[in-house]
Amino acid sequence: MTTRVGVVTFPGSLDDRDAQRAVRLAGAEPVALWHRDKDLHQIDAVVLPGGFSYGDYLRCGAISRFSPVMETIIEQAKLGMPVLGICNGFQVLCESHLLPGALTRNDSLHFICRDQKLRIENAETAWTRDYSAGQEIVVPLKNGEGRFVADQHVLDELEAEGRVVARYVDLNPNGSYRDIAGITNAAGNVVGLMPHPEHAVEPLTGPTTEGLGFFTSVLKQLVNA
Amino acid sequence: MARVVVDVMLKPEILDPQGQAVQRALPRLGFDGIADVRQGKRFELELEGPVDDAALARIREAAETFLANTVIEDFTVRIEEDGK
Repeated sequence: MTTRVGVVTFPGSLDDRDAQRAVRLAGAEPVALWHRDKDLHQIDAVVLPGGFSYGDYLRCGAISRFSPVMETIIEQAKLGMPVLGICNGFQVLCESHLLPGALTRNDSLHFICRDQKLRIENAETAWTRDYSAGQEIVVPLKNGEGRFVADQHVLDELEAEGRVVARYVDLNPNGSYRDIAGITNAAGNVVGLMPHPEHAVEPLTGPTTEGLGFFTSVLKQLVNA
Repeated sequence: MARVVVDVMLKPEILDPQGQAVQRALPRLGFDGIADVRQGKRFELELEGPVDDAALARIREAAETFLANTVIEDFTVRIEEDGK
């Protein structure tokens, strides 16, 4: 049976189509999910895509976090369903408290759009097992509020438990504490990532195809489960 | 109608680049002597009923779960008296 990976569309999502395409290229079946529909339609994993859901009103991800679909996703995430939040999706995961910390305005105040080098620090999460720890990849990064912050205690805990999934290399584009580009929950099924692997899955449109690993990883995880 | 005001501010230890940008612009415009600027949000909530303890407790709950992200922000709740 084909693995079904949901991609949520919130009002203001931008990268839902690209995320669906990445899921398809990885060999799974993308399932479009609507923010007002609580039903997850028998998906095995879910991607919360990038964009500006609800116009980033109040705080990025703050309103989406209370949408009907998120109620079910939060429930299922706690039961172990793989969830990947990219950019705005990462913000939604932090607002949902599925991941610690928060994402705030870039220290430069500029919206940053560039091809960004990352180091995969944890290759054991549901979304990174097709990489090796220490592997460097280049994927697009585009955000205005991508600066990961958390208190010292939380940062130390993330480091000690190996829950920093990816770090910025060469340049920290937004002032994120400890160069953090992505983190995971303790179980390793929920991953939040500020850069965009779904834009680096085909040579025609991406700087590399090194983002595809996130989507093939979850497939492997589910097949082996 | 009763009005309750919720003020939300970034916690002191969280960098506020917007506040800093405003602070840097002030001297250029001739407004000297301002040492620091922090930018926050103000919510004005118009209540249908009276501002009693129960209503205030609900508003505090709303502020805590929704209006503010207490990971990075602090909030205060106060009643705005009639007649300004």
